[in-house]
Amino acid sequence: MMKQSKTNKMGELRLMKGNEAFAEAAIRAGVDGYFGYPITPQSEVIEYLMAEKPHERTGMVVLQAESEVASINMLYGGGGSGKKVMTSSSSPGISLMQEGLSYMAGGEVPCVVANVVRGGPGLGDIQPAQSDYFQSVKGGGHGDYRLPVLAPSSVQEMSDFVPIAYELAFRYRTPVLIISDGLIGQMMEKVELFDQMPRLTDEEINELYPWATNGKPKGKKRRVITSLDLDPYKLEKHNFKLQSKYKTIEAEEVRCEIIECEDADYIIIAYGSSARISQKAIQLAREEGLKVGLLRPITLWPFPKKPINELVEKGVKGILSVEMSAGQMVEDVKLAVRERTKVEHFGRYGGVIHSPEEVLEALKNQIIGD
Amino acid sequence: MSEITIKDIIKPENIVYEKTSLMTDKSLSYCPGCGHGTTHRLVMEVLEELGQENDTIGVAPVGCSVLAYEFMNIDMQEAAHGRAPAVATAIKRLWPDKIVFTYQGDGDLAAIGTAETIHACNRGEKIVIVFINNGIYGMTGGQMAPTTLPGMKTSTSPYGRDVNSMGNPLKITELIAQLPGTYYVSRQAVHTPSAVRKAKKAIKKAFQNQLDDKPGLSFVEVVSNCNSGWKMEPVASNVWMEENMFPYYELGDIKLEGNLL
Amino acid sequence: MTEEIIIAGFGGQGVLSMGKIIAYSGIMQNQEVSWFPAYGPEMRGGTANVTVILSDERISSPTLTAYDTAIILNQQSMDKFESTVKPGGILIYDPNGISKHPTRTDINIYTIEGARIAAEMGNTKIFNMVVLGGYLEVKPLVKLDNVIKGLKKSLHERYHKLIPLNEDAINMGMRNVKKTA
Repeated sequence: MMKQSKTNKMGELRLMKGNEAFAEAAIRAGVDGYFGYPITPQSEVIEYLMAEKPHERTGMVVLQAESEVASINMLYGGGGSGKKVMTSSSSPGISLMQEGLSYMAGGEVPCVVANVVRGGPGLGDIQPAQSDYFQSVKGGGHGDYRLPVLAPSSVQEMSDFVPIAYELAFRYRTPVLIISDGLIGQMMEKVELFDQMPRLTDEEINELYPWATNGKPKGKKRRVITSLDLDPYKLEKHNFKLQSKYKTIEAEEVRCEIIECEDADYIIIAYGSSARISQKAIQLAREEGLKVGLLRPITLWPFPKKPINELVEKGVKGILSVEMSAGQMVEDVKLAVRERTKVEHFGRYGGVIHSPEEVLEALKNQIIGD
Repeated sequence: MSEITIKDIIKPENIVYEKTSLMTDKSLSYCPGCGHGTTHRLVMEVLEELGQENDTIGVAPVGCSVLAYEFMNIDMQEAAHGRAPAVATAIKRLWPDKIVFTYQGDGDLAAIGTAETIHACNRGEKIVIVFINNGIYGMTGGQMAPTTLPGMKTSTSPYGRDVNSMGNPLKITELIAQLPGTYYVSRQAVHTPSAVRKAKKAIKKAFQNQLDDKPGLSFVEVVSNCNSGWKMEPVASNVWMEENMFPYYELGDIKLEGNLL
Repeated sequence: MTEEIIIAGFGGQGVLSMGKIIAYSGIMQNQEVSWFPAYGPEMRGGTANVTVILSDERISSPTLTAYDTAIILNQQSMDKFESTVKPGGILIYDPNGISKHPTRTDINIYTIEGARIAAEMGNTKIFNMVVLGGYLEVKPLVKLDNVIKGLKKSLHERYHKLIPLNEDAINMGMRNVKKTA
């Protein structure tokens, strides 16, 4: 179901942290501007970018802003002018960005925002967590909107998902979230980097994005980026347009990976680092003769309801939703399953990473039973 | 003697003043007597005179001038409350050859957006900030602003601003003039024809600085009235402004070519 | 083949960089690799550890509770990780500074006097390379020339002149690792 991105790879292999791979991918994807504020566990992104001098490599602008609030509003300005802009942060910083994300959803401004999730609520801790699921997939800020959410589960995907995120951001004129966590961000793995893609020229931007505000074209109408319309009927109409866009995204852009589900009696649904841990758990399960498969949502919104439905119709006996949270994605799993089979949640949280053995134990106790 | 009609007067040879084409035909939503309309016009006239109509991106604030983009006939973005300097920072960084400005009121620039204002000034972003200070929150119905004068009555300081509990009026313009990142800082008014001429000169200097790629941000405050919020008739409000606002917010250039005066 | 390793010791002993070199060596021989360090407050109090996995297949969980090999460089790490070695697995440790030696009988235990050898070689910074040599001798999953290639990849060019010294340290480690039980 994973769509091919348009990148080329010449086989350049590196051992990189997830955060570094993401930063390098930003340069290679032809991003025009990164605006960010340091926060653990994702500070390597801006550190890597500053060290790499991307302005010399591609002309990319990198700026350390005074806050996450400023960062996200810089994205509003840059994205609204048709440039590929990016920021990254971790949970508390992403909460501060919700204002800007709502305005960008309303003003239909494209951008890419990475959240390297840490334990919460509040200041929480700096260890890996997946407890920002609700905030990511249900809108996050005020108003009726959704943002496409990509969940990489490897360092390779931290790189590969950057150009995919921009395709989505500009195709649908929307912010796109990339949700990882301290585990994916801090871990090093082998990465095959994609080749440098050119940044768009100003002329190309003007041709491709006639809505972008970068100086009123001679003899044409001026452009406005705004999320305001004081006439409720007009604002409702604008909302209809947004909702119809979200319907299209739900129909067209679902991505997920299905592992060893053909013969599975039981399914684990998990994304990101939990999917990696759960994959080990299904190996352990199969060593014990239990037929367990894994469904890994790659887009958290749109959620892979249809593939889950297909597994339910095939007659799986139970589903365990595994996430490093108190149980957030499990609500979407339950909505997809509609009580046709047993659904339970398992996960450690607050920055604790569950072990594959704990996942297997939970599967046995909560789903398989005696 | 035949009667002279308006049609006899509106003839090309009688034109003494024309509305700039950079203002749209939409009626201004401002109260009669308010300084916003004049200031909008000055900014647009300056951009027209400098020939920057096709190369300028303006950033509108939240406040009375939230709809500035409906009146200014150029490419515009409407920013979140207080965030215009951050929005403008990115546009200018990504389009360094374009002219970028923000147009902000006192609540937007000096309360909720103080951090964005100070840091854009401190980084020396090569943008123009036009700041309208009328000492009150006009759009939300006359609440206290960071620039409300001591003793001044507003709907959230109904017995007058008590500086002991509500703080002192913030002279943000003097504050940002201290920063090495500001190149030109001036305070003006638009309540009389001569004030308008001076204000236009200051606004033009600010944009000329940006065109000339001068090192730093150009900032023009316009002290204005809010006859509705102050609950005065327009003329009375201008008199009150001269007697009360100007002594506190002194008019004139504060910083020229990066040097404090 | 999948090799799951925990390397644990004090910060400054080169724990993370040893893991990085093993991971790079794996890449040099076309394996999948992962390297996940304890970070943040876990690193406080002077302990550092990293989980390194080498595999011919896609790696599932990058964090584990049981390991094929544990490379242990201080007492706190011994206390924490001795019990996590899989039965039949390997524990390699530097006895320098260890007061409570490992007692398990269902695993293979080796010592490598990394600190002493590095001091004798006149450069305590190559301590981790001596220990790495010990590991390579006991479990030759990665070839020495791939380790050297990995070193080149993970060291900045200005340190490439130190590669022969590192190679000597690895060789010393290979010659001096001893089985205890």
